[in-house]
Amino acid sequence: MLSNLELLFYWAPIINVQIILEGIFVGAVFALSAYGLALVWGVMNIKNLAQGDFVIMGGYMAFSLHAMHVPLPLIMIAVMVGMFMFGWVIYIIMIRRIIDQDMFVSLLATFGLSLLVQQVMNIIYGPEVQTVDMELPIYDAFDNMVTIPSSKILSLFFAAVIAAGVIIFMKKSRLGQAIRATSQDPRAARVLGINTDRVYAFTFAINAALCGAAGVLVSIIWVIQPFYGITYSVRSFAIVTAAGLGNLPGVITAGFGIGLFEKYVGVIVGTAYEVAAPVSILLIVLIIRQISMKRNRQVVK
Amino acid sequence: MKQFSMKAITAVAAVSTTLALGGNALAKVEGDTIILGSSISLTGKYATNGLHTQRGYDYAVKMINDNGGVTVDGKSYQLAVKYYDDESTPARGAQLAERLIQQDGVEYMLGPYSSGMTKAIAPVSEKFGVPMVEAEGASRSLFTQGYKYLFAVLSTSEQYLATAIDMAAAKSDDPSKVRVAMAFEGDPFSMDVRAGVVDKIEQYGMQVVIDDQLPADLSDMSTTLTKVKALRPDILVISGHSKGAATAARQIDEMKVNVNMIAMTHCEAAKVQEKFPKASDGFLCPTQWVESLSKSDPMFGSASEWNTGFKAAYPSYTSVPYQSAQASAAVYVWKEAFEAANSFDKDAVRDAIAATEMETFYGDIKFSENGNNIAKPMFMRQIDASGTYNLVETADQLTYPRNVKY
Repeated sequence: MLSNLELLFYWAPIINVQIILEGIFVGAVFALSAYGLALVWGVMNIKNLAQGDFVIMGGYMAFSLHAMHVPLPLIMIAVMVGMFMFGWVIYIIMIRRIIDQDMFVSLLATFGLSLLVQQVMNIIYGPEVQTVDMELPIYDAFDNMVTIPSSKILSLFFAAVIAAGVIIFMKKSRLGQAIRATSQDPRAARVLGINTDRVYAFTFAINAALCGAAGVLVSIIWVIQPFYGITYSVRSFAIVTAAGLGNLPGVITAGFGIGLFEKYVGVIVGTAYEVAAPVSILLIVLIIRQISMKRNRQVVK
Repeated sequence: MKQFSMKAITAVAAVSTTLALGGNALAKVEGDTIILGSSISLTGKYATNGLHTQRGYDYAVKMINDNGGVTVDGKSYQLAVKYYDDESTPARGAQLAERLIQQDGVEYMLGPYSSGMTKAIAPVSEKFGVPMVEAEGASRSLFTQGYKYLFAVLSTSEQYLATAIDMAAAKSDDPSKVRVAMAFEGDPFSMDVRAGVVDKIEQYGMQVVIDDQLPADLSDMSTTLTKVKALRPDILVISGHSKGAATAARQIDEMKVNVNMIAMTHCEAAKVQEKFPKASDGFLCPTQWVESLSKSDPMFGSASEWNTGFKAAYPSYTSVPYQSAQASAAVYVWKEAFEAANSFDKDAVRDAIAATEMETFYGDIKFSENGNNIAKPMFMRQIDASGTYNLVETADQLTYPRNVKY
């Protein structure tokens, strides 16, 4: 561990550039799926444990489309549309029935959904690791000490465009306003003529589409496997817990923060602890929140 | 009508009782047939490799039967295998092994597929004193339990990458100056592989510059590779099943990692030569057996003759997995042991197996006191620029450093 620190800051400080870049690329993808979770959680109070599996599902859709030689922008659009419809259908079949139930029902139901999605992917694609190789050029700098595959630059670009699109949509469009209104007070929104059922369906579908987009990026920059979803779920939960609900700039910052933290933990402590890093953040955030809330807590007499 | 059906039921019951009794009599040797038993994974997660194994057994049985069978006490016997499907679950495997031995009276066992299944079944065959020749369980831990009736024809897992370290030492003027980077998953198999590598590293006094453990759901090992690039080791050894090989190959490509030697397990399973032809140039990959091996025996001929024969019997294979070859070798060990013991007494046959020392198309077979095969080395193959796996038997045949151009 000490030797790793020495390496980072004394022997080869240039690798910091590589690690920071990796952290940013990773963070962008995390932020995308985490924002979907924040939406669903904030608007509908559903904690979607199948979040990561939606991501992997998007990845497999991209894998199939790539095998049919569909160009990347089209894959992106097709997967987002496909996942949007999938999300809508899941809402009608399942989420609508659990929306007014307590927390455990939503956790159990989405956990079941997560298992189902995993197993179906396993049946269709098999348990082997797959990857989408776009065969794009790879840039290097500083005597090959820093390498940047253009697939990762591209993924950062896509993530930025989609995030910007979502921000504008939520701020400007009627439906976006309706979503925000529903999240603030569903009863008042209903009184004012907003069809909250439709808003919920739309929110859940948007979430699935965002996950699908994240999945496309995951498949072109890493590898996918039917049972890899859980790590994306865990990261999404960590980011949303750290950033709070319905706070897109917060989610993006937390995404990048966790991405960087993960990579530094990976280098200093070891790759095996990378996945544990976001969970430790989750724990720290919860403890700090608990302490700060305790200070403000008052007894009602 | 009612009475008739009552009679029919009685008749059926009587017949089935007779059959059941007859079934019990169907023991180790029935007439002129020797019955071997095996619980094998035909469904579940090991189904693919289970089938490769079963076909290896069946092909050997057919070849031996067609070529005079097994001669014991001057009489020729045919071989047959009684299979049960263990559904890839260890508990079921152990149950079926007990059933084979207790109900079916089998006294000669062939192994299941995978180390995990073998680990579940070995205590059962050991308890009943039934010898088992297995071909698919490589874990070192199988041979540290003091089992007396377990024999394995394949090389154990700690040998998988040890040869790579030998070769690196041979290529270097001063092995103690060789710097090694290691990245292994934390599961029992990969840890076994790692233990073998560490033994060799200590033996040569090499320096370990990176020793990372990889997570089970491995989709990104860029941090390890970043360190590899900064520290520039001479050797990079990786083991993490096929997902580890796929992730490593992808990121070695993306990060243009240039190390003199890269050795990893599961190259074939992850199809790295197809998916990442550029990066995989020069990868060293271990395998239990190769069809170009220069070993032969009077039953199957040379390695390539076995390969041709097997492909003719099962035309669906374009390239034959080594799992089938070692399965055939296990059956061959049984034949030789029966003939050497010249008896069907299971303990006499067990001693004959323990004393086995023979050359086969699969390589030399000689068991240690613990039952693992110590005569056959693990083979190394190096991927070349065209994606072909070339056998590397000595360090001279190795392309070192690997000349990769990104």
